[in-house]
Amino acid sequence: MADVALRKVVKRYDDVEAVRGIDLDIADHEFIVLVGPSGCGKSTTLRMIAGLEDISDGDIMIGGDVVNDVPPKDRDIAMVFQNYALYPHMTVAENMSFGLRLKHYPKAEIKARVTEAARLLDITDLIDRKPKQLSGGQRQRVAMGRAIVRNPKVFLFDEPLSNLDAKLRVQMRIEIKKVHQKVRTTTVYVTHDQVEAMTLADRVVVMNKGRIEQIGTPNELYHKPATRFVAGFIGSPAMNFIPCRLEDVGGTLQIRLTDRIAFPLPPARAARYNALPRTDKLLLGLRPEHLTESHAHLEPGVETFDTVLDVTEPMGMETLVYFGLDGTPVCGRVNPNAGAKDGAPMRLAMDLNNMHLLNEESGVVL
Amino acid sequence: MSTMTIDKAGPRRNVKYGSMSRDRAWALRWSYFFLVLFAIFSLTPPLYMLITSLKSSAEISAATNPWWVFHPTLENYAELLTSNQFLRFFWNSAWVSIIVVTLTMLISVPAAFALARMKFWGSATLATGVFLTYLVPDSLLFIPLFKMFALIGDWTGVQLINRWYVLLFIYPTLTVPFCTWIMIGYFASIPKELDEAAIIDGASWFQTLTRIFIPVALPGLIAATIFAFTVSWAQFLYPLVFTTSTDQLVLPVGIITTLIKGDVFNWGQIMTGALLGAAPPLIIYAFLMDYYIAGLTAGATKG
Repeated sequence: MADVALRKVVKRYDDVEAVRGIDLDIADHEFIVLVGPSGCGKSTTLRMIAGLEDISDGDIMIGGDVVNDVPPKDRDIAMVFQNYALYPHMTVAENMSFGLRLKHYPKAEIKARVTEAARLLDITDLIDRKPKQLSGGQRQRVAMGRAIVRNPKVFLFDEPLSNLDAKLRVQMRIEIKKVHQKVRTTTVYVTHDQVEAMTLADRVVVMNKGRIEQIGTPNELYHKPATRFVAGFIGSPAMNFIPCRLEDVGGTLQIRLTDRIAFPLPPARAARYNALPRTDKLLLGLRPEHLTESHAHLEPGVETFDTVLDVTEPMGMETLVYFGLDGTPVCGRVNPNAGAKDGAPMRLAMDLNNMHLLNEESGVVL
Repeated sequence: MSTMTIDKAGPRRNVKYGSMSRDRAWALRWSYFFLVLFAIFSLTPPLYMLITSLKSSAEISAATNPWWVFHPTLENYAELLTSNQFLRFFWNSAWVSIIVVTLTMLISVPAAFALARMKFWGSATLATGVFLTYLVPDSLLFIPLFKMFALIGDWTGVQLINRWYVLLFIYPTLTVPFCTWIMIGYFASIPKELDEAAIIDGASWFQTLTRIFIPVALPGLIAATIFAFTVSWAQFLYPLVFTTSTDQLVLPVGIITTLIKGDVFNWGQIMTGALLGAAPPLIIYAFLMDYYIAGLTAGATKG
């Protein structure tokens, strides 16, 4: 097991820069998830760590050694692919032991390791089957088993659950987490699914257009996003962005959303935003759960306003409500018993204690 | 409110039940009709060969029904199978074909792997070039090739012309490009993740080829083998040009040159020789056909 470090790593394809200078430190035993939209460079980054892609510039270190020119087989890594990449002509046991057999491990040890991995992944009964006799979930387990038996320094997962149906994906997500808790191998996991990223990761690396937008624990990313991209990417339904401006009214700082709606900022927020120029184009970032139904005893910093709902989506434990503020679509989450109806007026409460303020042009969270 | 009449029989159906299976039945009838037609068309010559091979020369030249054997005899078979000359042709053909198939596979499988997987400068152009060489017909090539081997003989003193083993140099010019092309296609259809997984598992390029690609692409490999064997076994023009002494001839040329003496056609033995000569490819097809059809790649990826 080992730590992994990326220093100013760049990947160029002809004239396109797929990865534009990435710095990342992954601690021993850590579970890191690279997440981002397709084409953000996350898979390329993973493949560079694996050694399947050359590095155009920068350094990659595994266990303190620079591995830029080390071939994949000597990097002591194991990889799980999106489409499993099992050897179709080998049984499950042969698939799992292929790497060990190439390295001429003693037969007894190969058998012990395969048995142990099969037990860990609950595929002991399948050990003599061929991949085509397995279901998608079972194949993915075998692919993981092939990685585990090698006992590598680093596990690399390239969108391993994308080919599974939604239910199985949730189940395998938990399996992967369990396996990591047992084997504690440093893991780099690539996905485009922010839920997968949030649930699995010790730390999430959000990537966009070949750069790292933000690195942080799932909670940090959720509650303290650094940029509009991160704020909008993490969390479902996504954060609302409402154009707004700051105003000084009678010595207090106000946030104005529409001609009709303006609220005084809570003291903590007012102190934080007071120095901002009043002319800046700003966005109010507010997660749907901070836009709820109004009730009698509101905390300080929670402000109410009246609106007419466009559409409601009952989800069971909550109802999502959609409405417009001066043409900007906004989503809120209300109690299913709050009486939200399509096209009906409703009084909503906005929790400004949890607001974010963003610069509209730079996208930076202020 | 308008009154609605409810049709007790339910909505009228224009489509009759079972129309699917009726369509299918007609499709089947037509396919059988054409299949039978085709089978008759392609099986008539071998059948005629078989009938003729069972006749004596006298019966062949007699004005009887050519589609019936009145006095069946195995004398043609006995004569050919005990003739040293015929057995010589047979062995020459067998040796040439086996060695050519082996050489072809040894060259074209690694070549196809390199062209399909190891991306290097000009690999795509080279792959197309390999195929283009196959498109040059052998009837255009035999004269320059003959000249080449004659020159080699003059310069080095190594005489290759009129030796059966000259064919070992010539046949691969036909088989290698085509087999390489087939194998490029098969190798290209193997998902890229499979060799990446093998490389990460610690396999070298050679091990990836021998332990992953060859087993997975076995149907393709067998198709290529069958092709190479058939080409070398049935090749006529090259051996006709390059070999002349009777002890150096291969079967197709040997039958023609030794069993036709001037304008005397020994039809019974010609047909017998041709039938016996067609047997090895048939036997090989029969054995390998199952592999040829079976898709072994199922289950490699999500599929």
